[in-house]
Amino acid sequence: MRKRWTIAMIAALALIVASCGGDTASTTTEATGTTEAPGTTAEGETPTTTGEEMESTGYEHLDQALAGDFSGSTVQVWAQWLPESSEASNFTYTLEPFQEATGITVNFQPTPDYETALQVAVDGGNAPDIAQIAQPGKMHQYADAGALVSLSDWINTDKLAADMVPAFYELGTYNDTLYGVYYKADVKSIVWYPVQGFADNGYEVPTTWEELIALSDQIVADGNGNPWCISIESQEADGWVATDWMEDILLRTASPDIYNQWISHEIPFNHPEVLEAADYMSQIWFSPDYAYGGNTYINATWIGETQDPMFAEGGPQCWMQKQAAWIGGFWGANRDALADDPNLPATEWPNKPETDVDFFYFPQIEEEFGTPVLGAADMFVMYNDRPEVRALLEWLATPEAAEGWIERGGFLSTLTTVPEDWYVYPNNQLSVMVAEATTLGFDASDLMPAEVGVGSFWSGMVDWVAANGEGTEEIFQSIEDSWPAG
Amino acid sequence: MVEAIESVRPPSPGLKILRALLVVGAVIATLWLGLGVLRDPDVFSGLGPTTSKLGQALVALTLGVGGIWALFYAGNVIVESLPGRATPFLRPYLFVLPAVVVVGVYLVYPTVGTVVESFTAVPEGADPLTNYRAAFSNADVLQAIRNNLVWLLVAPAVSVGIGLAFAALVDRVRREAVAKAFVFLPLAVSFVGASVIWRFMYAWKPGGQPQIGVLNAIWVSIGGVLVDLGILAEVEPVAWLQVIPWNTLSLIAIMVWLQVGLAMVILSAAIKGVPPELTEAARIDGASELQSFFWITVPSIRGSILTVYTTIAIAVLKIFDIIFVTTGGNFDTSVVAVRMYQEMFRFRNFGQATTMAVILLIAVLPIMLINIRNLRRQGIGA
Repeated sequence: MRKRWTIAMIAALALIVASCGGDTASTTTEATGTTEAPGTTAEGETPTTTGEEMESTGYEHLDQALAGDFSGSTVQVWAQWLPESSEASNFTYTLEPFQEATGITVNFQPTPDYETALQVAVDGGNAPDIAQIAQPGKMHQYADAGALVSLSDWINTDKLAADMVPAFYELGTYNDTLYGVYYKADVKSIVWYPVQGFADNGYEVPTTWEELIALSDQIVADGNGNPWCISIESQEADGWVATDWMEDILLRTASPDIYNQWISHEIPFNHPEVLEAADYMSQIWFSPDYAYGGNTYINATWIGETQDPMFAEGGPQCWMQKQAAWIGGFWGANRDALADDPNLPATEWPNKPETDVDFFYFPQIEEEFGTPVLGAADMFVMYNDRPEVRALLEWLATPEAAEGWIERGGFLSTLTTVPEDWYVYPNNQLSVMVAEATTLGFDASDLMPAEVGVGSFWSGMVDWVAANGEGTEEIFQSIEDSWPAG
Repeated sequence: MVEAIESVRPPSPGLKILRALLVVGAVIATLWLGLGVLRDPDVFSGLGPTTSKLGQALVALTLGVGGIWALFYAGNVIVESLPGRATPFLRPYLFVLPAVVVVGVYLVYPTVGTVVESFTAVPEGADPLTNYRAAFSNADVLQAIRNNLVWLLVAPAVSVGIGLAFAALVDRVRREAVAKAFVFLPLAVSFVGASVIWRFMYAWKPGGQPQIGVLNAIWVSIGGVLVDLGILAEVEPVAWLQVIPWNTLSLIAIMVWLQVGLAMVILSAAIKGVPPELTEAARIDGASELQSFFWITVPSIRGSILTVYTTIAIAVLKIFDIIFVTTGGNFDTSVVAVRMYQEMFRFRNFGQATTMAVILLIAVLPIMLINIRNLRRQGIGA
């Protein structure tokens, strides 16, 4: 019953930058020129949806919507981005040009306790029109339950497949039917460090695992506190940060085939290759003096506060943190500044990316496996089939739907049609990193069955940390035992 | 007199039926229209978001309260329009019917459905006990059941113990009401709210950092003094929620904090109900204060103690919020209800989720029976 996973690893040379050639990009922008970019509407121009000849966007319902056919209708959208968060605010901002160009009202509802809330709404027959989903496994559950609208029947799949990174297009497909449009990508294979602190101490960015360990040892030897900021407390989702580490390391110590077989359970969860990756991980997590505050800190500290000691008065107490780019909003004083004003652009943050805190690529381990990148992404699925809902979903697959958020920062599109020069730091560098990746691994825990992916894998990591890295084999065996039959 | 009787003579049967139909029609039409208003969220949208919400709430309130009344009224009118002895015979059933329907639809049917599901939601061809076999061979579930037992043994006993002690101690204090109010206050805090509060009480920061958790702040400063005196070698903050198995006791403390107020209020009232002649007689016979408390007061309020104990025990068996908010079931603190939530909402594993529900149900039933029998003996209830 469970579909085999073939998508996780796709040579990623195609991703984002590679086919962001200026030509394709500029034609697409012109084509949907009536959709006002956030920057221009701010200057007070009124969107033009008059009867002028418009070039087709390539999407039938979107064209109709831009001609004003669905003006006055409402579409409801749910996403897990918390109310009042900068993510929710950025997405609201991004949706503005669509609403102005089409006259369709988008009722965007950021929803706390998202997965349960969505499940309850769908079970109760009150599903939103469009919802964001992070885990492909969840999409499969909804598709199996018959709750999702198939997109294959009406969307221009040729155009979508051509515009999107192939790996993400594949991930939106289930049982040969397209259900999800991937929207926002995250790169997890990066390590943040304090720029000034590194310069003052003469530390250099490591490019191999050996250099990484040598740097860690040097920081300990220099008496500069602990090299690593690590923590995994995340309310309902304790442990997911640790699963990212496991996956990132496994991509570096085993072949893509092993990684895929691990996800599809063709090899046991506690396969020797996986245990080897765990050994690498425990080298950083559980070596004495490596992780700030030890294993108690790892389990007790909320993921948004992991790196607080990096910003301690009197210099960093921990020096390196592996986390996706969203963490920037939580650095030191940024957290409070953004709580006051969620729309504050990154250039005005108290701790600025690039100049204050920069990142390096989580180094390669075994040369034969190259420089892989671990990523994840959010997709949109559709529960109710109405023309205006179709139009919005089609729009979400255009670069215009990424423009506002890219402008605000912190957004990496799944589309190859987004012009490269739209991106600013760090996503301009991340897109290059992804383009140069030898393999792109999709977050394995998001692809595993829920019992493991959001269950025993998470809690197993918490137990492992609680035991300070002891009993690795028993813990991985118990995760293997929890894999559902069938 | 004769005239008066004449004037209230019931109208003819035909008129009564007509009137009944009119009333029923009016009630149904009103409810239909009202629900229509509620179903369309845009009706009030012209008033702005706050006023629109208020408008909706007002309609909902009117419909909810007024609707129930109207339905009863309409039903009563129908029953009254029936001929002869049917009216007094049917009327009690009419009034009890909604309650029966509500209990049936929202309690009995789901309960039966849950039990059935726990036996039938199994892979094709597997035997009906598959879910139970899987549950009782799963180390996490067994851990959860063990934790539930610890909760059951500790939380009600400690709550009742402290509540009883406090009730007895403040019984003759001058500012009794003030003292009791402090203990009673936490009862007004929701389980989730209390758990959030106690997360801060138990918060942990690495040694050397300012401790934001109350308990660790106290512990570290006392410990610091002890270190200065040379009694302790060093003092480290304690991760109260991580240290197995004591973390379960840390969580139980939250429950006790919440429930002591309940125990105290009920037991305090019961103590006041003990006839003073009894204790006086005991004192005259030479019993000490303690003897009179344990041999006169406590036996006299045994019924109340049992009621409080079983009420808290039932709440403890169903405990979910405290664990879910503080540890999420990690660090060996999970309980059956948390497992049930995870199986249901995270894993979509209905078989296991319903099995957890049935285990809880079976565990709660005997305590409920004790509770009900005890209430009966006291003359409360049937």
